[in-house]
Amino acid sequence: MTEGTLGTIQLEKQARTSEFRRFLRIFFGRGLVVFGTIIIALFLFTAAFGPWIAPYDPYVQDLGATLASPSSEHLLGTDFFGRDVLSRLIYGARNSLMVGVVALGIAAIIGMASGLIAGFFGGWLYTVIMRMVDALMSFPMILLALLIAALLGGGLVNVMIALGIAMIPGYARLMCGLTQSAKESDYIIAGHSLGSSSMRIMFRHILPNTFPPIIVLITMQIGAAILAEAGLSFLGIGITPPAASWGAMINEGYNRLRDTPLLSFAPGVAIMLVVFAFNMVGDGLRDALDPRLRGVI
Amino acid sequence: MTTFIIRRLIQAVIVIIIVTLSVFLMMRILPGDPIYMLFTPNQVVDLTEEEIQEIRREAGLDKPLLAQYFTWMVDVLQGNLGKSVLHETYVSDEIAKRLPITAYLGGLALVIGLIIGIPMGIIAAIRRGTWMDTVATSVANIGITIPVFWLGMMLIFLFALKLDWLPVMGFTSPFEDFWLSLRQIIMPVACLSIWPIAGTARQTRSAMLEVLSQDYIRTAWSKGLSERVVILKHALKNGLIPVLTLTGMGIGMIIGSAILVEQVFNIPGMGRLGIDAIFAKDYAFVQGVVLITTVLVVLANLLVDISYGWVDPRIRYN
Repeated sequence: MTEGTLGTIQLEKQARTSEFRRFLRIFFGRGLVVFGTIIIALFLFTAAFGPWIAPYDPYVQDLGATLASPSSEHLLGTDFFGRDVLSRLIYGARNSLMVGVVALGIAAIIGMASGLIAGFFGGWLYTVIMRMVDALMSFPMILLALLIAALLGGGLVNVMIALGIAMIPGYARLMCGLTQSAKESDYIIAGHSLGSSSMRIMFRHILPNTFPPIIVLITMQIGAAILAEAGLSFLGIGITPPAASWGAMINEGYNRLRDTPLLSFAPGVAIMLVVFAFNMVGDGLRDALDPRLRGVI
Repeated sequence: MTTFIIRRLIQAVIVIIIVTLSVFLMMRILPGDPIYMLFTPNQVVDLTEEEIQEIRREAGLDKPLLAQYFTWMVDVLQGNLGKSVLHETYVSDEIAKRLPITAYLGGLALVIGLIIGIPMGIIAAIRRGTWMDTVATSVANIGITIPVFWLGMMLIFLFALKLDWLPVMGFTSPFEDFWLSLRQIIMPVACLSIWPIAGTARQTRSAMLEVLSQDYIRTAWSKGLSERVVILKHALKNGLIPVLTLTGMGIGMIIGSAILVEQVFNIPGMGRLGIDAIFAKDYAFVQGVVLITTVLVVLANLLVDISYGWVDPRIRYN
């Protein structure tokens, strides 16, 4: 008996390790995913250690050296106020990451909770929640974020809230669908017949099973959040100067496009690289976690 | 089919009610005091307390919110969206001028997206793993990654400032000066269509891959049908269904991009109108733009859903 149990445990352990290996093999099987992972690692490192890496203070103006071309002193040159562009890019990474993570946190928590409730209980709760989600979805993301930012005022925190609300529908819909299909599966029916409470079934059984697709969606949407933040800052509603934001930097370079295109070019490339990296890693995670999701997410 | 359409219509009406109600409520909270929907803060400062009370009574602002909403909806349904607080212009007149511009550019972008995106996706799927697939998926991945406003600026830098091939910005009606208009819209439409192209290509590719692995396609192959017939006649029919949904979503996406692109290229469309109104705190206009945009998105999705049910009977009976 004991031997048998031990044997099962060992078998399970083995299955787990090999599953993890399989995950790694598929995940790192594509060059672009590896590339994306490296870029994200660099991005996270830059965001975390920005103040130590940045060669200059991003806010200090050097009016004697405005709009300098790239040189060994200023690798990416300086902007209209003589601020070091590279340092501003590095500080911008922090803001981008922060907006992306917090906005997604808000969206994922509210979206998952409402999707779980709608999918689990069905009936009028489903109708009310999902119709509200439909309504929220009819607002183009940028427009909704603009409205909310106008309602609450601009600034970093409000942009995060605005984007967070704008991104709720994706999570609510995905979660609702996943819950509905999980509800029909045998282990949930078994849970019900064992007398488990709804709460227990929702949080102990359904929720953990929905994590893989949710993680994939989160990874892919970090890119979308960073893009949207850049758009809002470009319009002058997001992060307000002098704080460094990639979108605002692109906007600052707009009027000097003819002579110093690098001012706008550099932050744009940074945005593209990071968004591309998150999308690729999202793709890789999807293939490795659940290939059935291809085409769904 | 009729019950399906009726069910979808009822759903759409409910969504429109929620949307209008939230726009209405937001606009009542947004300015702090709904009186700013009618007057600028500077004008309000000059009014006496009695005058303000009088205005509130006249405009019905002292009635319960729900009653106000109904009066407002009746006005909206009659095409009366209010008047600017800054200029003597009616919101509906201005929107009637601006909406066609955005619809024209956005419509072109959507069509271009389908014309380029669908073949790109098909080729990537049927030549999976070859260089053609790699090129198509790379282009598509870059397309959903690139910030449209940045792309616009880079195009301006290259084609307008350096090469001097195209005008930097602006918009001219095609009825006024066709060639100038065409030259002006090339860059903005390119920016607006980048997402539809990329999104359509990605969606088509994955849908086609899904379809190509199904039994009836294998049967078609084993019957000895040519590739052309298998792909274009059998696979494409089912493969394009998911692309439809994306097109519905794409309309919202294009409006979002239009806000940014119109800003970069200085095009007097709906997006520009919305931004200007938000910055000028001209709330009557903000309300009008948001209302029209969202209702259009709901209607577009309704149309897509109905056509979805029409092409795919499985949806109808679900």
